[in-house]
Amino acid sequence: MSADIAVVVEHLEGVLAEVSFEMLAKGRELAAAGGGMLWAVLIGHGVTRLAGELGAADGVAVVEQEALAHYTPEAYEKAAAAALQALAPRVALVASSSMGLDQAAGLSGTLGWPLCAYCKDVALTDGALTAVSQIYGGKLLATAEVPGEHAICAMLPGAAAAAAGRKSGTPPVREIPPPALDGLRVRFKRLIQPEGGDVDITREGILVSVGRGIGSQDNIAVVKELAEALGGAVSSSRPIVDQGWLPKTRQVGKSGLSVKPKLYLAVGISGAPEHIEGMRGAELIVAINTDPGAPIFDVAHYGVVSDLFDVIPALTEKVKSRA
Amino acid sequence: MDIVVTVKMVPDLVEELEVNAEGTDLDRSVVKLRINEFDEHALEQALLLKNQHGARVTVVALDSGEVDETLFTCLAKGADRAVKVMGDFQGGVSTHTAAAVLAQVLGGIPHELILAGVQAADDRDGQLAVLLGSALRLPHVSVVTGVEPSGDKAVTVRQEYSGGVVGELEVDLPAVLGIQAAPQTPRYAPVSKVRQMMKTAKLETIEAPAVEVGAGSIVTSLARPEAAGRAEIIEGAPEEVAARLYAILADRGLLKR
Ligand SMILES: Cc1cc2nc3c(=O)[nH]c(=O)nc-3n(C[C@H](O)[C@H](O)[C@H](O)COP(=O)(O)OP(=O)(O)OC[C@H]3O[C@@H](n4cnc5c(N)ncnc54)[C@H](O)[C@@H]3O)c2cc1C
Repeated sequence: MSADIAVVVEHLEGVLAEVSFEMLAKGRELAAAGGGMLWAVLIGHGVTRLAGELGAADGVAVVEQEALAHYTPEAYEKAAAAALQALAPRVALVASSSMGLDQAAGLSGTLGWPLCAYCKDVALTDGALTAVSQIYGGKLLATAEVPGEHAICAMLPGAAAAAAGRKSGTPPVREIPPPALDGLRVRFKRLIQPEGGDVDITREGILVSVGRGIGSQDNIAVVKELAEALGGAVSSSRPIVDQGWLPKTRQVGKSGLSVKPKLYLAVGISGAPEHIEGMRGAELIVAINTDPGAPIFDVAHYGVVSDLFDVIPALTEKVKSRA
Repeated sequence: MDIVVTVKMVPDLVEELEVNAEGTDLDRSVVKLRINEFDEHALEQALLLKNQHGARVTVVALDSGEVDETLFTCLAKGADRAVKVMGDFQGGVSTHTAAAVLAQVLGGIPHELILAGVQAADDRDGQLAVLLGSALRLPHVSVVTGVEPSGDKAVTVRQEYSGGVVGELEVDLPAVLGIQAAPQTPRYAPVSKVRQMMKTAKLETIEAPAVEVGAGSIVTSLARPEAAGRAEIIEGAPEEVAARLYAILADRGLLKR
């Protein structure tokens, strides 16, 4: 049974995703624990040059083909399956990201390897694999034993420090013969870049961020008033944008923007992993939520368990009067 | 077009989640289930396609919790058929198992497009849309925020990546899509209409086929995250809380002037 570890590297438009380096850092730990090699799996067309950034790995397995020039779930899954079949690693790490979602579960289905999704941590002890998954909107952690020779773990962004996985230098490259990629049923048409907005929330020092706890579009005025008093801007969780209450440019999180303000005031936001991914780097996090069990309190520095409609107006008043 | 929407009952995250005595699963005797909110978006996307282009929408759910009421609500919103898969699902099932069961059930239900919520609160072993795609050997695309027909035998979908970048993909039918968000807020069905459906409409039932799969891993502990990095909780009346927060911000030089 192989003790090798494989990391399926994620990239978009020629840029490696941060989570790729985090997975390499975790992969190094697992490889050391099991005494195996660490492989980075790189899929695409003209991507071999990216191997120069994957120095943390012992080897880079590259699947190159014209049909892989643009990401599609189907073609990339086939390519990843070919690489994983060739490498037969003990554990394959895949990003718990938009792309990784199709990849991780798809590979589990095709290869018949067990999958642990939403992993915060993965460990190998005397060959035994355990994985800690963050489920129920971040409210609970499930630790699982994963028997068998192979497994796939989908790693949540932020689960490991990227710095330890960021090393330049090109490891030996192994070319994996691409699988047959004709007759693909999913075809790339185009990439649509996000539109710029009136406010760039990634540049704001203070964000008052609003979630579904706000209840209605009209109530957003309540947080807007506080943001203005503080000289900051309003950002939000995804449902607020999905309901059309704020533009997409204000969305913080996995499918929105990553922000690192000096102050992030989370108002009526539960703190789902997909939201936390975009704001955990803020210098000071203050959360206001009626639910004492809301996961946002696990990342906040200060928390207030109460109705936002009591606290926010009082704080706005206080800030305005500068007393 | 025949559209199937899979609907899953998941623990309501608004409620306190109680863990069983063994510390390995939720205490299923007290857990309150509701429809997976992403499945509501999947249904909305299906109904939009039906309204704009014509389609027959069938909702399919495994029997658990108050699934009957959920299915009647789907009918009240505009679904044409509701199918309940009978079996031992009350204790929760792994996504691999649900996918295997549904893959067989779908053998008997016409489907050109299968829509499911992109993820669910408890899909620890992977997401249904993808595993169902694998089981049926159909193409799958997740994190979808828009679906439009592209001729008779394909759809154009929008898939969201990080940073708000969107990929536009053309997908041959039949296919399975994991819906992140419908282009509009899921519609609401008035209680009176749901009640009326309960009186007039019928849920179809199918016995679940026997399948032999599991999650492939065994949960040894289910627990709240450790308190280590938890927030310092500020208590008191709103004015007291505001004063304390104000002092913290002032202390950090976060107040202008
Ligand atoms: C692939 C993918 C990508 C995603 N990307 C993102 C993303 O980029 N950003 C994002 O935010 N989400 C994203 N999500 C969605 C995410 O899973 C959650 O659904 C979402 O973050 C929940 O938003 P919320 O906290 O506003 O709502 P909820 O989870 O509904 O939380 C509302 C909170 O408000 C509290 N509340 C209610 N009333 C009050 C009151 N009066 N006063 C104070 N508190 C109150 C409640 O206790 C609750 O905790 C993504 C999901 C997927 C699957």
